[in-house]
Amino acid sequence: MHIKNQRDLWSGILFMGFGLAFVFFARDYTMGTAAKMGPAYFPTVLGGVLTVLGAVISINGIGRSGDSSETGVRIDPTGWRELLLILLAVVAFAATLPSMGIIVSIVILIWLSSPASHEFKVKDTLIATVVLLVLSYLVFVRGLELQFPFLPRFISS
Amino acid sequence: MELLLSNLATGFSAAATAQNLMYCFIGVTLGTLIGVLPGIGPLATIAMLLPATYRMTDPTSALIMLAGIYYGAQYGGSTTAILVNLPGESSSVVTTLDGYQMARRGRAGPALAVAALGSFFAGTVATFLIAAFAPPLAELAFKFGPAEYFSLMVLGLIAAVVLAHGSVIKALAVVVLGLLLGMIGTDVNSGVARFSFDIPELSDGIEFVAVAMGMFGFAEIILNLEQRDKREVFTSKVSGLFPSAGELRSSVWPVLRGTTLGSFLGILPGGGAVLASFSAYALEKKISRTPERFGKGAIEGVAGPEAANNAGAQTSFIPMLTLGIPTTPVMALMVAAMMIHNIQPGPQVMTSNPTLFWGLIASMWVGNLFLVILNLPLIGIWIKLLTVPYRMLFPAILLFCCIGAYSINNNVFDVFMTIPFAILGYVFKKLDCEAAPLLLGFVLGKLMEEYLRRALTISRGDPTVFFTRPLSATLLALAAALLLLVLLPSFSRTREQAFQGD
Repeated sequence: MHIKNQRDLWSGILFMGFGLAFVFFARDYTMGTAAKMGPAYFPTVLGGVLTVLGAVISINGIGRSGDSSETGVRIDPTGWRELLLILLAVVAFAATLPSMGIIVSIVILIWLSSPASHEFKVKDTLIATVVLLVLSYLVFVRGLELQFPFLPRFISS
Repeated sequence: MELLLSNLATGFSAAATAQNLMYCFIGVTLGTLIGVLPGIGPLATIAMLLPATYRMTDPTSALIMLAGIYYGAQYGGSTTAILVNLPGESSSVVTTLDGYQMARRGRAGPALAVAALGSFFAGTVATFLIAAFAPPLAELAFKFGPAEYFSLMVLGLIAAVVLAHGSVIKALAVVVLGLLLGMIGTDVNSGVARFSFDIPELSDGIEFVAVAMGMFGFAEIILNLEQRDKREVFTSKVSGLFPSAGELRSSVWPVLRGTTLGSFLGILPGGGAVLASFSAYALEKKISRTPERFGKGAIEGVAGPEAANNAGAQTSFIPMLTLGIPTTPVMALMVAAMMIHNIQPGPQVMTSNPTLFWGLIASMWVGNLFLVILNLPLIGIWIKLLTVPYRMLFPAILLFCCIGAYSINNNVFDVFMTIPFAILGYVFKKLDCEAAPLLLGFVLGKLMEEYLRRALTISRGDPTVFFTRPLSATLLALAAALLLLVLLPSFSRTREQAFQGD
């Protein structure tokens, strides 16, 4: 079997997965009738529609074997380093904020995310850290008076 | 006409208070500041700055500031498009085509000036259009029953699908996925917490801001970091701002045409600024006597789209303000902002809250004026900002987004929630799926379900109610016609060309 468009094939599978998941989890709720729609009614209908759409998209992505185009459309490689470092930085920020306070979590966010750039420079990141700490203090703590823990819990208490 | 003037007078007296002028100014300044940063569009900018308005007590001021942020970000995006060839948002993609080429030839100043003046003119016209068309539309909206609202949303979503880039069927699937994600949380009718898996925070539904930031903020940053190619910034070459007499003369008509086209397309559901700028560019190129100049620094290719995208950005407020239905993701954010301030968007806002309604409209013109003042003399400051390397900018964007997400509920849960959507946004990009329709579906999901439920309860489960009521039938017929149109081979070819910009 020749795959004409990998992106279509996999996005179709993704949509089918989502569609089936919503239909599956909606089983726990009452369906009702059209005149008296229960909480499961709309999600089940939509989940079904999404599954069908996903199937059509996937089938579109698979070409016939007689297709002369050689390689077809492929998916660009994943930049794991960028993806994981950025996500990790955000998770670490959220995980440390309640107990360690905003100062520590800002520093963690900056130093985990900055190496995701191919042009990472320690000196620049140091500058960015200082600037962002001062800016955050002035704008978020002083200016907007947002509510978050400021210092680590073991220091402030 | 008299009524129009008296309404505008109400608006200007509301918008011109010292407090509101200040918020408008802060809004456009912040919007430009963030919008200038490469790779961050109005949507992420508003989402990021939304928390700044939470503590404001007057909803009029809050909305004025948010609207200011919106067109400020749009202006900022154009500056970046011209100087760095890196569009901050999809509606300035076409501006990069000729604007950047002008910058390479040392004409960055005139390109920026024409973009700013053209946008100001378009903004002025669009402000009057909103004031003129909003009342009759709101009048019409009072005739809407649940069936009409449901059909209108179908039309809006179909339009968003038709106008999205790339595959229609994929965009359709994205919209449906958005609707489904909108279902998560407590069902208003039965009180059942759907798809929340016993997580208490999920029973209130997923925060819109977390979805927007994940898909448009974080995913965009990751993708930008993947691209290693260096971009050249034409900062030293912005010397004279003033366009030559010839450049001015060739800009007048494109600005007028762009304004007309943009205002019209902006009102359409799903249209907004993106479609406006693409079509204006295609139009200018088509009627030009020298189409070969386009893509090589033709000033018409900057003037037309820039006027069109600003007009479209503003008239896209019309359906949101009169029908309460957001037709673009940015308008969805505005709706979210109104809800935070306890204002239910819809036709009743105009009568129950006239100062807010007309004040917001008048502030759009004031904001546009500020932008011309801000952008032309202060262009040097924005250029300085562009010389800051991306390796130092993106941690800042990341941080502002995280703090923005946190401050929605003062809870880190919303920060964690951005992660799955960042991944989804990233995967979508790799698989050629447009993310914007998802947001629209996400916002409309529960509303649509509610109107469907009401319509079917009234008709006792008879689905023909959507076709027997004339208004509803018309809306559905329009939606069907749009879908058929896009499936016609000749149209889909034109559509592809329009999105490619040449």
